[in-house]
Amino acid sequence: MRQLEQAFASLEKTKHAGFIPFIVAGDPDLETTVELLRALSEAGATAIELGVPFSDPAADGPVIQRAGQRALSRGVTLSDIFAMLAESRSQSSAPLVLFGYYNPVLQFGLRKFADAARRCGVAGVLVTDLPAEAAEPLRALLHERDIDLIFLVAPTTSDARLRQIAGIASGFIYAVARTGVTGTHRELQDESETLVRRIRRVTDLPIAVGFGITDRARARAVVRYADAAVVGSRLVAEIETATAEPKWRRGAVVQRITECAGEFTNLKK
Amino acid sequence: MKATAFEPDAQGYWGAYGGRFVAETLVAPLEELTAAYAALRRDRDFQKRLAELRKDYCSRPTPLYFAAGLTEHARGARIFLKREDLLHTGAHKINNALGQGLLAVKMGKRRIIAETGAGQHGVATATVCALLGLDCVVYMGAEDVRRQQPNVLRMRLLGADVRVVDSGSRTLKDAINEALRHWVAHARDTYYLLGSALGPHPYPLMVRDFQSVIGEETRRQFLAREKRLPDVLVACIGGGSNAIGMFHPFLGDEGVEMFGVEAGGKSKRRGEHATRFARGGGGKPGVLHGTHSWVLQDDAGQIALTHSISAGLDYPAIGPEHAFLRDKQRVRYASVNDADALRGFELLCKHEGIIPALESAHAIAYAVRLARKRPPEQAIVVNLSGRGDKDLTTVADTIGSKDSA
Repeated sequence: MRQLEQAFASLEKTKHAGFIPFIVAGDPDLETTVELLRALSEAGATAIELGVPFSDPAADGPVIQRAGQRALSRGVTLSDIFAMLAESRSQSSAPLVLFGYYNPVLQFGLRKFADAARRCGVAGVLVTDLPAEAAEPLRALLHERDIDLIFLVAPTTSDARLRQIAGIASGFIYAVARTGVTGTHRELQDESETLVRRIRRVTDLPIAVGFGITDRARARAVVRYADAAVVGSRLVAEIETATAEPKWRRGAVVQRITECAGEFTNLKK
Repeated sequence: MKATAFEPDAQGYWGAYGGRFVAETLVAPLEELTAAYAALRRDRDFQKRLAELRKDYCSRPTPLYFAAGLTEHARGARIFLKREDLLHTGAHKINNALGQGLLAVKMGKRRIIAETGAGQHGVATATVCALLGLDCVVYMGAEDVRRQQPNVLRMRLLGADVRVVDSGSRTLKDAINEALRHWVAHARDTYYLLGSALGPHPYPLMVRDFQSVIGEETRRQFLAREKRLPDVLVACIGGGSNAIGMFHPFLGDEGVEMFGVEAGGKSKRRGEHATRFARGGGGKPGVLHGTHSWVLQDDAGQIALTHSISAGLDYPAIGPEHAFLRDKQRVRYASVNDADALRGFELLCKHEGIIPALESAHAIAYAVRLARKRPPEQAIVVNLSGRGDKDLTTVADTIGSKDSA
């Protein structure tokens, strides 16, 4: 059984809702990322999305853009991220999903990327700007290595496309709660509930909802119909605040994120 | 090669280049756009309305002008100028903005967003929105706002909401990022009027089609005047819309050589130029802004900063059809640096009484270089893509600092 399948299966048994935090690798530095991964895992994350920074993140709002810039200003590359994961993987048990844009993966080399991901125990990969039509080469390479390629679906995705995506997806389906970039504060519209219902008609895969989930109440509202809530910008904003002072301490950042994660864990289905 | 060999496939690929690399939210709007545009290409009423406005509103056809003064200066091949600088709003950008504006109306979208580098596409879009009664938002990098002030003022007078982009290199690349972010959030009611032959399918195809009027007219005008085709075509290339518009109608004419001129900037070091195709300059195939093409980047795939004296060429990627034409060796690509572009600018002022846009000055400089090596029997047509009023401050600052040095 693949890691993500297993993680969602055990949620099913305990009647818990899933919590999938997102942080950016190398924000504020890779040493802190290692500790954050462990802390989030211990806090009960179902899986963790680890953002790979990109210079031109056209699908992200200002909070995640700035986090990527902080990582890039330290020169963090995909190679560094894999090296960090290879060294620290045993410290956190939650399945890891690498989350990023296509160009860094393409330049790394698709096969080399899939091999490195396998070596580091990566459970899944999500490439924001790689829609289903263009995804086959990467999907096939990951699939051979038991790694899931996760797809986003949006309120604008047609039913015909949903079926097409469901046909090649594995791990879980990431439903974008509303049209827009990450982290913009707007009331969640009913779009995600309708979308989740449409997705259920075409697949049995677990469904995570993300974009705009900033507190426990919203997470609770989402997991009434979805299997997991993805929390990104809220956590990344906490990291930003905690590292705003030049003399920030790693321990304080980890503690703050642990507390924040606590808001989203142990939600009952 | 036959002209049909230069058409993209149904997914918008020219060979390995092009395609659609966007967030899932944008796939449906792009499919809707592709279908609407395909229907419009065959719509007689639309073509008729477009032709009327091109003629009466934009003042097409633009002249094909024999530049006797510049030819005499170069002492070689004859140089002709395709006068896109004489179009309404002062550059070729209106060809595309008008076509897409009419398409937006047809699709029932009343809100337009656009990005702009030099401000010419922003001005053209604001103009078309005023003409058609549409709301207009233009994203422009802070650095470009600074160096293209007259165009910022023009856009605001025309009723556009100009939003200054402060992220990244604060130029065209970042303006496109912001426009894409806005579009992701408002795709249902908003039309994204992209200004160059790049971005996800169908933009490179659509922009090329609307700009091909340049080459179609040039071909007709040159044939009528000289009873043959020109030997060489020259155009500057940022994203590549004026160049592809000039080149495309000639692609099947094997005897016609073509040169695309990239911005050489300050030096050959990465970050100081915008030559995607120059060897060792940091350019290689990659994905940026929804398309697979040649992109300036570092080894880890992070997009490189660029520099050019001209805002319109200051961009790290090139349109996918150009990447294809380069591989096919149908078009050759060269570069002209900031200093030589300024010399081109001065030459055209002095010998022809025409003030070119700094973008087009790159093409002028290269055409003069080429004309010197070619016999007088040969004819070179340069696409004079825009006029230079917007660049007077930049030129004055540069010449000023030279005078005081």
